[in-house]
Amino acid sequence: MTALQKKDHNPVEHLTRSDIESLGEELDALRAQIIESRGAADAAYIRRTIDVQRKLEMGARGVLLFSKYKPAFWLGTAGLTVSKILENMEIGHNVMHGQWDWLRDPKIHSTTWEWDNASPSDLWKHSHNELHHTYTNVLGRDNDLGYGIMRVDEDQRWMPFYLGQPLWNALNACFFEYGIAAYDLELGKYMKGRKDKAVFKRDLDKVGVKVRNQVTRDYVIHPLLAAPFGSWGSTLAANALSNLGRNIWTHSVIMCGHFPEGVETFTKTSIEGETRGDWYLRQMIGSANISGSKAMHIATGNLSYQIEHHLFPDLPSNRYAEISVTVRDICARYGLQYLSGPLPKQVGSAWMKVIRLSLPNHIAAKVKFPSRRKPVAPTALPSRITAMEQSERAA
Amino acid sequence: MELLSGDRPMDDGRETVAPSLWRSRAIGFLRAATTPLLPEDYVDLFDPLRTTTVLRARVTDIISETDDAATVVLQPGRTWRGHVPGQYIRIGVDIDGVRMWRAYSVTSGPRTDGRIAITIKAISGGAVSTHLLSSLQVGQIVQMEQADGAFVLPEVLPAKILLLTGGSGITPVMGILRHAVQDLDDVVMLHSAPRPEDVIFADELRSLGDDGRISLLERHTDEHGLLDTDELDALVPDWRERETWACGPAGMLEMLEGHWESAGHAHRLHTERFRPALAEPGEGGTVYFTNADREIDCDGARPILDIGEEAGVLMPSGCRMGICYGCVLPMREGAVRDLRTGEVTTATPGDGILIQTCISAAAGRCDLVL
Repeated sequence: MTALQKKDHNPVEHLTRSDIESLGEELDALRAQIIESRGAADAAYIRRTIDVQRKLEMGARGVLLFSKYKPAFWLGTAGLTVSKILENMEIGHNVMHGQWDWLRDPKIHSTTWEWDNASPSDLWKHSHNELHHTYTNVLGRDNDLGYGIMRVDEDQRWMPFYLGQPLWNALNACFFEYGIAAYDLELGKYMKGRKDKAVFKRDLDKVGVKVRNQVTRDYVIHPLLAAPFGSWGSTLAANALSNLGRNIWTHSVIMCGHFPEGVETFTKTSIEGETRGDWYLRQMIGSANISGSKAMHIATGNLSYQIEHHLFPDLPSNRYAEISVTVRDICARYGLQYLSGPLPKQVGSAWMKVIRLSLPNHIAAKVKFPSRRKPVAPTALPSRITAMEQSERAA
Repeated sequence: MELLSGDRPMDDGRETVAPSLWRSRAIGFLRAATTPLLPEDYVDLFDPLRTTTVLRARVTDIISETDDAATVVLQPGRTWRGHVPGQYIRIGVDIDGVRMWRAYSVTSGPRTDGRIAITIKAISGGAVSTHLLSSLQVGQIVQMEQADGAFVLPEVLPAKILLLTGGSGITPVMGILRHAVQDLDDVVMLHSAPRPEDVIFADELRSLGDDGRISLLERHTDEHGLLDTDELDALVPDWRERETWACGPAGMLEMLEGHWESAGHAHRLHTERFRPALAEPGEGGTVYFTNADREIDCDGARPILDIGEEAGVLMPSGCRMGICYGCVLPMREGAVRDLRTGEVTTATPGDGILIQTCISAAAGRCDLVL
């Protein structure tokens, strides 16, 4: 992968300016249609999800009181892991995106939600909603590309440090929530002296309080509650395992969104004067989906519909499946690849890229890595339809 | 009088008495176990009325009053602090998923079961009242707020009282009457409604009149036309001597306020408005930042965020394209237009609807909390 603007073959060069603008109009119309049809069923969906998650968490923590018995240990650990995943992905991430602000329910609102994660919600909302979603895949502006510690693009200069990046990535997966917290703190920027000291100190305090609360709950309070049942050690282990499981899962899902082979990146200057159509186009070809069952989509917080999420980050996640039908159709008509694949394939692809880019370009070039961005023949490109109509009229 | 003082909002003992050391430790421990949520959020899953973080109520009875009005009996949650007759409560219901709030007077008389009643009249074009009347069901949970409002009798009851009501304006007055009629000596009540069958609480009012507890003057506007001030002199010759409580349509209240003012008796008139005159959404308008006490003029074509920043107001901001929700501010009153869809959002006083200032333009005057 290399920035779109530097490629030999540009996968969007068949699009005229008016094509891109009409793509924008079609997506705006889709957005309006979903907003118009939001209603009681959607509200019931998020409330039911929250209800299920909280009851699952209570149930799992209850079962873990008896975790000195093996079946209770595994049942409780599995329940708590699933509950944490649901809480972070389908609920926390999406509520904090403002997807449910339209309910006007102060309890399910982007301004009040706090999640089960080391990163405090306000820091996360800034780095994720504002920086990542605005500058998606723009090299040098979107830190989600490699989280500031990895080389994810041929255009990035290679340094020996990057040889270790498969290892860093594996460690990051295990401690992902702390990785996110460090990322939201803009730790790298601070160490290079490009972040205000007072602001950093204030943010660090926030993270400190949040981490202390999280750690106290999972590794002190709940083991203490289980102690009278002789299960303190096993409860502590179960909590650690469920945090590990949640971390690896969220890391995998997030890697699938923008890392698989075939996802495009963009140069810093390419977004100057970007129109709404350009913006949509960048989100579309800069993201990748995961295909799978309904349960899998819920477990990813519907981030398996990463393309749809990046086009419409504030539309309710339960509608992405429906939106994807139109987006897929638009991709086919406009000759754009709709990058999607099952989880193992997408995770594998993302990991292959991490490994390949740990090597300098001239060595990596010797290993064959086929591009997954295939040319797609447009079936009904607006500019061609207009051209055809004009020539028919002329005839 | 005792009746009245017994109903005054009382300090909640649970809140004013400092909890014991062990109790606060136990609460701290529980909070640590449920962070980042509160223990109440889990209690909430099983009993929505027990939680202490939000006040809710359960509908226990719905009684039809007229063709387009019904009384709804509510069991408030445990943090309910009670009300003074004449006060109103705000009720929140989800309509098509969106939470909407409206104020209704408490109309119930003295009850021992802790329940209260509100009486809802369908208003043409009123989304909430018509929705409530058509879909509210016994057992349903609604959101509510603590009672509020100064439309109440004073501690020392006046000797002579005039109650002037129109349509659903009867509701706060009924709340007052039901509690205090025993203690009042001289009450004249002048109530206007289109037709006799439209009079809410008609049987109860008429029987109070028949028993001589109040002097009831019913006016049916379809037949007699709207009340005017000349007639008032004929109907209630001693109105100047009476402490007056009036509630009804805005036009009627304006007329009464003008009349009392010009007679130099404005201090004797107490009025209550339910439906604040909503500004017609327009193009652009004045945006008032309540905490900063700054007012800026906004046109209808540009985001409030941009204009506010140009005027030097320090506003929260984010992506500036409507996706990150980093710029939301509560709108207490007024209207804004979504620049992407043209959709207008209005807030009535007391609301705190959160709006994205980066994609919202002023649509008339609006108050933002900043």
